[in-house]
Amino acid sequence: MKFLGLSRKDTRFLIIVILLTLATPILLQPFPEGSGLATFNAGYPDLMQRFAIFGIFAIGFNILFGLTGYLSFGHAAFLGVGSYTVVWMYKLLDYNVIWGLPLAVIFSGLFALLIGYVSLRRSGIYFSILTLAFAQMSYNLAYSVLTPITNGETGLQVYGNDAQVLLGANEPTSPHFFGIVMRENFWEPTFGGWSFTFNNGYYFTAVIAIIVFYISLRIFRSPFGLMLRAIKTNQTRLNYTGINARPYTLAAFVISGMYAGLAGGLMAAMDPLAGAERMQWTASGEVVLMTILGGAGTLMGPILGAGFIKYFENIFSKINDQVLHGWFAFLPDGLEDFLIGVSHFFVGKSWHLTLGLLFMLVVIFLPGGLVEGGQRIAGLFRKKKTTGGGGDPEHHPKETPHVAE
Amino acid sequence: MGILEVKGVGKRFGGLQALSEVTLSVAENSVHAIIGPNGAGKSTLLNCFVGKLIPDTGSVMFDGQSVLGRKPHEINQMGISRVFQTPEIFGDLTVMENVMISCFAKRDGAFRLHPFETVAHEQDIVEQAEQMLMDVNMIDKRRMHAASMSRGDKRRLEMAMCLAQEPKLLLLDEPTAGMARADTNNTIDLLKEIKEKRDITMAIIEHDMHVVFSLADRITVLAQGTPLVEDTPENIKGHPKVKEAYLGESA
Repeated sequence: MKFLGLSRKDTRFLIIVILLTLATPILLQPFPEGSGLATFNAGYPDLMQRFAIFGIFAIGFNILFGLTGYLSFGHAAFLGVGSYTVVWMYKLLDYNVIWGLPLAVIFSGLFALLIGYVSLRRSGIYFSILTLAFAQMSYNLAYSVLTPITNGETGLQVYGNDAQVLLGANEPTSPHFFGIVMRENFWEPTFGGWSFTFNNGYYFTAVIAIIVFYISLRIFRSPFGLMLRAIKTNQTRLNYTGINARPYTLAAFVISGMYAGLAGGLMAAMDPLAGAERMQWTASGEVVLMTILGGAGTLMGPILGAGFIKYFENIFSKINDQVLHGWFAFLPDGLEDFLIGVSHFFVGKSWHLTLGLLFMLVVIFLPGGLVEGGQRIAGLFRKKKTTGGGGDPEHHPKETPHVAE
Repeated sequence: MGILEVKGVGKRFGGLQALSEVTLSVAENSVHAIIGPNGAGKSTLLNCFVGKLIPDTGSVMFDGQSVLGRKPHEINQMGISRVFQTPEIFGDLTVMENVMISCFAKRDGAFRLHPFETVAHEQDIVEQAEQMLMDVNMIDKRRMHAASMSRGDKRRLEMAMCLAQEPKLLLLDEPTAGMARADTNNTIDLLKEIKEKRDITMAIIEHDMHVVFSLADRITVLAQGTPLVEDTPENIKGHPKVKEAYLGESA
């Protein structure tokens, strides 16, 4: 069973990813509406779109960071370029995302070529600082000097007097793909207490996410991917083996920049806005956290990390004191107030504290990220089969971990 | 005309004249050893061959072309492979992948963008790498994580990676440094085997005279940055200047 040039194991892996992605609106809605746990449901369009978009962002970032080990702190710049490109196409042509998205990928790729060419003259911490400096420069330019292009602090959006030369009489006036309007839902079934939302925008991003995941899978298995992993392991040996590491790293940088541009473009495809804050360093930092939390250098890790962080951001921040009162109401008053007081630090506006603690725990106890956690759990069930010991020939610990099965 | 022609090479580090007027010639299909006591400038000289250092004076010609000013990967593509003092391998990759990278470097040159081929489907590369691993008796270790091997095996793997490129000149920088006697003998056997099986030119930098005498066709003795003598192993053995350089003037 060979499919699209993948090995049997990878094909199975890809199919699982496809099924999970397509079933997301059901899987993320495990609790019936109105129950106390309904707060933890995440199956609403806006959040699911973000899962897919940040998944794409992190998959691309992982091609650079996970494979070559070059830690960029400036990938948000490409996210911003992608968003601005797509909104500009709305303003000039029409609301069909087909014009903006490919251009977003091209422009962010060119921008990445420029930044990468300069930044990759250094490695390690100096490379990180250079990328950070470039991204902050881009942010500040977008915020002030480039106002004619970016509309400064207000952010770029479509106005009534914009050209929109291709806009037809009956065309939708929000982002769409040949008439499929992103913000509309095509099916909203209710089964008993459960209700599900199947959203056009989510499925559009999901299909793109699956395609780019497949591309990243192919890159991981390609000679190009092998060279990238070699760069991370031992650049000296690579140079003395007759391979010029720089163009390889630059290619990885540009590819990951294109992924980021695509993600930024999709953000604007879901919501026709682009603001400079999308380029801020916190956004660059976020994708680093996602990749490390999920497991850098693994295929599934960045997606898990992206989902995990976005879930916390949206769900934990929703839990306010009122919700807490609801949960702890059955306890005696003094104890209730105490518990709410303690929980208060971890939810609502303070959700970052929870995320920070979890991040610390993962980095300390699971250096390989959530993926390593998954593998360890899987390992417990498979204990009988493993022979143990590091020296046996069949044992190769660091061969690209494959997971999530 | 040797394959490697070194003429009048000098290199100064601040106040230290590390190399001065080094002239030597490595003949094709021979094993040429460069020996000398600590601090004689052996490693500095080798670094001038591979592009890590650029000498202040003199010329280094390989196969009729100057190597000076070229980058390490360019010099490697010209046909010089290097074995390091401590084995430099891709520790996070498997043994097989390590050798395959050399095969790719030989087939595709310094850079080729091939993101959509699949490593496992590159039949010629897989076969070459497997053949190479069989040649050095490591085929049973092909799936092993390279960093988890013993030092002797790492050395063997590094050698295999260099040989897979079919270099015109193999440079060895103290291949037995810090090894136990048994490992040293294994390495010597491996080198002898390579020498017998292939038409290969080797230049060995070595501190240990025992290693050199059993392998080399010609020996250059380096002391304080200049060549003292160049001769066959038999003649070097009893040479008074060599004794002096190694054991001090009183000997």
